[in-house]
Amino acid sequence: MTISTTPLPVTTESEVAQAPRERSRFWAWLILLLGALYFVIPLGATFYWSLRAEKDVLGFEAYRRLFADPNFWPTFLESLVNAVFAIILSLLIIVPTAYWVTLKLPKLRPVVEFITLLPFVIPAVVLVFGLIRLYGRPPLLLTATYGSSRVILVCAYAALSFPYMFRSVDNGLRAMDVRSLTEAAQSLGAGWPTIMRKVIFPNLRVALLSGALLTFAIVIGELTIALFMAQQTFGPYMANLTRSKVYEPSAMAVVAFALTWAAMGTIALITRPGKRG
Amino acid sequence: MTGFLSLQGVRKEFNGVVAVESFDLEVEPGEFVSFLGPSGCGKTTTLRMVAGFESPTSGTIRLAGEDVTYAKANERNIGMVFQSYALFPNMTVSENIGFGLRVRKEEGAARGERVAELLDLIHMPDKAKSYPNQLSGGQQQRVALARALAIRPQLLLLDEPLSALDAKIRDDLRAEIRRIQRQLSITTIYVTHDQEEALALSDRIVVMSKGQMEQVGEPFEIYNNPTTGFVASFVGQLNRLPVTVVDPALGRLRVGRSEIRTTSLIESPAGAEVSLMMRPEEVTLDAEEENVLEGTVESVTFLGSIVRVQVGVEGGRLTADLFNERLLELPVAGEATQLSFPSHACWVMV
Repeated sequence: MTISTTPLPVTTESEVAQAPRERSRFWAWLILLLGALYFVIPLGATFYWSLRAEKDVLGFEAYRRLFADPNFWPTFLESLVNAVFAIILSLLIIVPTAYWVTLKLPKLRPVVEFITLLPFVIPAVVLVFGLIRLYGRPPLLLTATYGSSRVILVCAYAALSFPYMFRSVDNGLRAMDVRSLTEAAQSLGAGWPTIMRKVIFPNLRVALLSGALLTFAIVIGELTIALFMAQQTFGPYMANLTRSKVYEPSAMAVVAFALTWAAMGTIALITRPGKRG
Repeated sequence: MTGFLSLQGVRKEFNGVVAVESFDLEVEPGEFVSFLGPSGCGKTTTLRMVAGFESPTSGTIRLAGEDVTYAKANERNIGMVFQSYALFPNMTVSENIGFGLRVRKEEGAARGERVAELLDLIHMPDKAKSYPNQLSGGQQQRVALARALAIRPQLLLLDEPLSALDAKIRDDLRAEIRRIQRQLSITTIYVTHDQEEALALSDRIVVMSKGQMEQVGEPFEIYNNPTTGFVASFVGQLNRLPVTVVDPALGRLRVGRSEIRTTSLIESPAGAEVSLMMRPEEVTLDAEEENVLEGTVESVTFLGSIVRVQVGVEGGRLTADLFNERLLELPVAGEATQLSFPSHACWVMV
């Protein structure tokens, strides 16, 4: 009989603890992968379809036709400008309101939250008819010209962004000690405009960016209000294209996706940390 | 005569609830005054009224002879340090320190010079480019102090600045605050609920309770001659023993079957039931010549530099704080003992 001198494998405490950790890491990766596929597969399929404009050849013919369309850039740029103004207007209304509610009127928070949720409750078509009824007759005849209608459109888009913008800003404000920061700035001699410009806005950078991103996404593709206000924006253009073309709508979806992210990337770059507020 | 900072008849109500009442205080230039009291006693509200973040319901606040009762906070030239540091997260250390100077439109070179001077003062010249989230709590609070001092304030207010720090850092920063305050001779109001902090730092302490000033005095006076039961019990540890007055003129008192004496004034008549107060460090476990009581050791707690012994005596319980030394023989719970205290170390309260 022989006796083996090879030591038996020993399971240490750390190895025992490592097993469940590795298991949970596997599930985390799996969920992440499934989530990524959920987004990537439709996008990939759309992209693949957009490459099939020419028979038996994968190419960028649909993109060429799309960019050659004389209505593509003007409508996109019009929506882009609308989005920028809607974001600015929304910020100017929401940031001071949320700041004041946090600092001085915390009891009013539920009321303000409810008001900002109204765009979820009121359908866009109801909103636009309300706007037309109010501003389409004297004394506030603002639907008379294309330009004045556009002002109403931007205001409506700002209102549509309230649920997203308020929540983003409110979360940002809750994450910082607003009262102490405000009082510290005051004790150093700063007035309200300086406090807002140098302290509050710069520290809400991420919150403002996420609110702006959501507003941008809403405005770029918005159809109902733009259609009823007879505005030549990207939403109605996309709807029209979908009805009349086969491959271009897919190409346009991919381009719109890329342009949206490029625009937001630019905003992120401009407002990156280290820049003075 | 009014002081550099003068609060006269200051009162503050919040929705009918009185937070501060009849607050009168004169603070001399360069003086370090602490507001000491438990949570909700009105000390922070008083500080906030001085800072301009709250307006008094009535009363007057004067700074350097000027009435600032209703002046805005940003018009007062008062530096303030907060418990939560309140550094601007988007700014570097030097930008934080220079913020007040920028607001005052101080010229760039002069501002840079002042910031460098303050960085030297807080011993952090190498951290000028760091952001607050890259600093420890103690470092952040030093920057907050430098920022408050940068504007050359007439008055420095500190609202529990050490509460959020670890014990060791707290001790170091406490010494640092006192050093800087003395170096600059800046008039300072310090709010704290920590009696040790107030005793160690202050020229004078204002002890507050339920919105009222209980006692104002130097730390030695506050600790050794408290004028109210609240001050006596809030500042330091205190023994309170029920006794009966035997002869008020001679300071004779009775505890159970034992008779003890005090040299302090007794205003109650013979036969009155009163409380005898004394600090634990005045009580010894030896039978000295006077005020000897018999008792049983109930507990012994080792606290490092002192050993706290609780002894059950007739009519109550007394605590004795013994200085630790290597040869100290610790008593054991349950054993019989004698304790004593000098007649000048105890006083009577009704």
